[in-house]
Amino acid sequence: MRYIPLTDEDRQAMMATIGIEDIDELFADVPAEFRYPDLALPAPMTEMEIMRELDMRAAENANLREFASFLGAGAYNHFVPAIVDTVLSRGEFYTAYTPYQPEISQGTLQAAFEYQSMVAALTGMEVVNASHYDGSTAVAEAAIMAVNIQRHKRRTIIISPTLHPQYRAVLRTYTQGMALNIIGDETADNDFHTLIEMCDKDTAAVIVQNPDFLGQLHTPQEMQDLADAVHARGALLVVSTDPIALGLLKPPGEYDADIVTAEGQGLGNSLSFGGPYLGIFAFRKKYMRKSSGRLVGETIDADGKRGYVLTLSTREQHIRREKATSNICSNQALNALAAAAYLAAMGKQGLRKVAELTWHKSHYAARQIDQLEGYEVMEELPFFKEFVVRCPRPVAEINRYLLEEYGIIGGYDLSQDYPSLGNAMLLCVTEMNAREEIDDLVTALDEANAPHIRLNLEASL
Amino acid sequence: MKFDDYIYDLSSPGRTGIDLPDPDVPETPIPAELLRDELPLPELSLVQVARHYLRLSQKNYAVDKGFYPLGSCTMKYNPKVNEWAARLPGFTAVHPLQDPETVQGAMGLMYELQEMIGEIAGFDAVSLQPAAGAHGEFTGVLIMRAAQLARGETQRHKILVPDSAHGTNPASTSMAGFTAVQIPSDKDGNVNIQALKAALDDEVIGIMVTNPNTLGLFESQIAEVCDLVHEAGGLVYGDGANLNAIMGIARPGDLGIDVMHFNLHKTFSTPHGGGGPGSGPVGVTAELASFLPGPIVALNEEEGLYEWRHPEKSIGRIKSFYGNFGVMVKAYVYIKMHGAQGLREVSEIAVLNANYIQARILQMGDYPVPYGHRRCKHETVAQGKIPNADGVRTLDIAKRLIDYDFHPPTIYFPLIVHEALMIEPTETEDKETIDAFLDALDKIAEEARKDPDLLHGAPYNAPTRRLDEVRAARQPVLIRLPDAKVAT
Amino acid sequence: MTLKYDATLKYAETDEWARVEDDIVVVGISDYAQDALSDIVYVELPEIGSEVSAGEVVGTVESVKAAADINSPVSGEIVEVNEALEDAPEIINEDPYGAWIFKVKASDLSELDALMDAAAYEAFNATREH
Repeated sequence: MRYIPLTDEDRQAMMATIGIEDIDELFADVPAEFRYPDLALPAPMTEMEIMRELDMRAAENANLREFASFLGAGAYNHFVPAIVDTVLSRGEFYTAYTPYQPEISQGTLQAAFEYQSMVAALTGMEVVNASHYDGSTAVAEAAIMAVNIQRHKRRTIIISPTLHPQYRAVLRTYTQGMALNIIGDETADNDFHTLIEMCDKDTAAVIVQNPDFLGQLHTPQEMQDLADAVHARGALLVVSTDPIALGLLKPPGEYDADIVTAEGQGLGNSLSFGGPYLGIFAFRKKYMRKSSGRLVGETIDADGKRGYVLTLSTREQHIRREKATSNICSNQALNALAAAAYLAAMGKQGLRKVAELTWHKSHYAARQIDQLEGYEVMEELPFFKEFVVRCPRPVAEINRYLLEEYGIIGGYDLSQDYPSLGNAMLLCVTEMNAREEIDDLVTALDEANAPHIRLNLEASL
Repeated sequence: MKFDDYIYDLSSPGRTGIDLPDPDVPETPIPAELLRDELPLPELSLVQVARHYLRLSQKNYAVDKGFYPLGSCTMKYNPKVNEWAARLPGFTAVHPLQDPETVQGAMGLMYELQEMIGEIAGFDAVSLQPAAGAHGEFTGVLIMRAAQLARGETQRHKILVPDSAHGTNPASTSMAGFTAVQIPSDKDGNVNIQALKAALDDEVIGIMVTNPNTLGLFESQIAEVCDLVHEAGGLVYGDGANLNAIMGIARPGDLGIDVMHFNLHKTFSTPHGGGGPGSGPVGVTAELASFLPGPIVALNEEEGLYEWRHPEKSIGRIKSFYGNFGVMVKAYVYIKMHGAQGLREVSEIAVLNANYIQARILQMGDYPVPYGHRRCKHETVAQGKIPNADGVRTLDIAKRLIDYDFHPPTIYFPLIVHEALMIEPTETEDKETIDAFLDALDKIAEEARKDPDLLHGAPYNAPTRRLDEVRAARQPVLIRLPDAKVAT
Repeated sequence: MTLKYDATLKYAETDEWARVEDDIVVVGISDYAQDALSDIVYVELPEIGSEVSAGEVVGTVESVKAAADINSPVSGEIVEVNEALEDAPEIINEDPYGAWIFKVKASDLSELDALMDAAAYEAFNATREH
């Protein structure tokens, strides 16, 4: 009887109104052979008991409040001010439905409109939607949108090998029934020149990431040159970026990207073991009607007062059905609200400062590590937040040492995704990493390379 | 143009919200060519931020505020213990790429949730990766595609979709590269078996069914539908949006469904959040298990450890990482607290409440109930066609309900019912609220007959009057930035 | 509300009207169509220069709640589109038979024989549910 308010009296009265004597009568049309299965579920628990269980389960996880972490690779430990959760905890926000009745959803709608506006400012783009599921599906939706814009006459999508491996995988999953060619990432060496050479009359779009999965930054000039070359060949440029980086660095809108996507988790959303996250999705106004995802627009009511509504809904599934620009129904409303509250609280100066702290700490870490014997930072281009370290031994072994001896969660092992890099680790340093943690990391890495340690680790694995 | 509560108009140059520490490391110069010139974000104090969002929230209706009888949305109470659980640092401050040995608690929760959903709905394997219902649907269609191709059935390209289906069904079909073929419903609201037989051939991948369907009715011939489709070499996809009607009553997997998505944010009480995040896990039969998107959590019984496993013939990754874990926690708590008996009671009372509403509306006589000759399940569909009130449409009735402090039901869906009003009370509503809602419907019918213009101008008591959606679509204003950097 | 039918035009079952000017066929949508859509907010115009076949979808007319395909009644080349619709799509609501949408240089004018006259189209509409 957990959350069911009906008393026995209520039930009797209601059954009398319906004209039944037993609730079973309401299920008479369910075939008898399938009716009332026994569900083998654990015995029910009270709130007190479940809280105890969850406390224990949560305690089984090494969490980043207790362990220093240098893991990134698409999910980031950035600072979340307390006010964000205060906003998200308002029952009026989190227990509200999709704002299909705008007159009683102005809170949700205005917050979403403000999110759209702030992200437009951040990315330098003209239109932003109310969000996709995450950075990976945003890339997939961008590719589909590009094919739509090109009126289905161009069937090739060129992707950079330094676009997040999971994003490339999701793109391929999404498009497996669409008869598209996805090329460009056959080898990790394909740089912009190669991608441009691949670009031809059948190319709908070129998708790159900046800063890329390995943390590498292309200069605005390089990006502008790429955009110009791609446009000259009749294709669109899609750029997947990082929203914290945009607190400091030139946004893709200013180097003529057509569609900009990003993982927005770093803006006010916790790591939460991989989700729910936030698919930032921005594009040029002229492509607006081919876009997917919800859009909030400004309008007026019958008294001439400003208000907000969902708009351009004819693109969407509930109206356009099989001809919709996508099947997407929901957005990540609460995560977008978190991002908006974060941007509002941090503001122009705060976001820039977060990006600067991230810059200084990550560069400091890189310099220290590069000086270690056996380690080499692969830094041909400038980087933001993440950098690749070539290691003297398998990353899995080093990370085990870091964890067991120092309680440090090390960087991402790149050997599966980029085997040509050898024993390489993708290290992420944000404003959340204190200097002591970084210094400990450097010490730990150094120790992990020592000969006597080598023997111990090999024995335990 | 300045608005008194628009976020950018609250801004003042130099104001800061959050202070951050100075760098505790030596600084590294940032090449000037990389830098942006301006960053046009607002500059607010924290007091302003707190007030701004609190005031915005107060303009919202919400389940925590009142009744939300939205058909097919299952707007039940969102338990607060779920929120507490999802916020534990042991869940929020955990990185998805951590070594599995350091996240056994999270993986164990996911594993158990996979198992419990499979048990509730009758499926052998479950993936929690899809982020929403529509995402789960798309996943399901891709699984059907992969399974047919693996069988060598390369000529199949059509998917049968009932005319009562949610728009995401045909949209997902198109995204997978297939053609949606519509199957009509019969006079009892079931899939028309004759039409189904006529449509089945060796080009059909399968059928997408919702059971109970969007008319709120149980497809009593569901077993026959599944048999017919299977005999023709097709697969059956189940849209699980309406699962709240049949937990512990019947298991879709037992009825013959091969692949199904679930909406944790409907049936399993996780909050809607103003539009998301949701979570749309997919369950499949043993035959289709190897096609699931991955990775999923598996239990290595020898070592007693949870590990990540990619199904051998997986359609691939459908999202980064593992799915909306923060939402999964909430559904997990809900299911563990209810157990089998609790979930059955949820469905029984959800159906009781809906039938009570249907019976009362029929008695009132103001609103036709086209399938009122049948017992509905968790929702009932009425029509906003009040006798002797020709000038009033469902839209007006919906807007007037707002003045009575109720969120309107779902309107104009399903498409096969003219002027539809789809009402789903859920099991967490008390009788007083339901009676008050019915009372309001009755009063509105009276108003419709006596003073239709009153309804045309509704709502009057909401934060705004009726909003001009035509204007919003003709001249879209989608962002508003200072210095007239307004996009349209 | 009585719907209007222009007796000088021909009509398709998909609600387009057609008027012939030498070998150019001028196309718009009927009063029945604009009434069903209600306030039109956007028209996706066909591409000038594109070759189309009779019955092919060449564009869309959108209102807030619906989107309707525009089918070309004849085969040929799209030679002109009504650019006034870009800024004021609502002229279709105001004057459906005056607000043309596109012009096709027809490759086979006999395709027009498959269309209905005003009386037949009106009778056809009587059988449809609105």
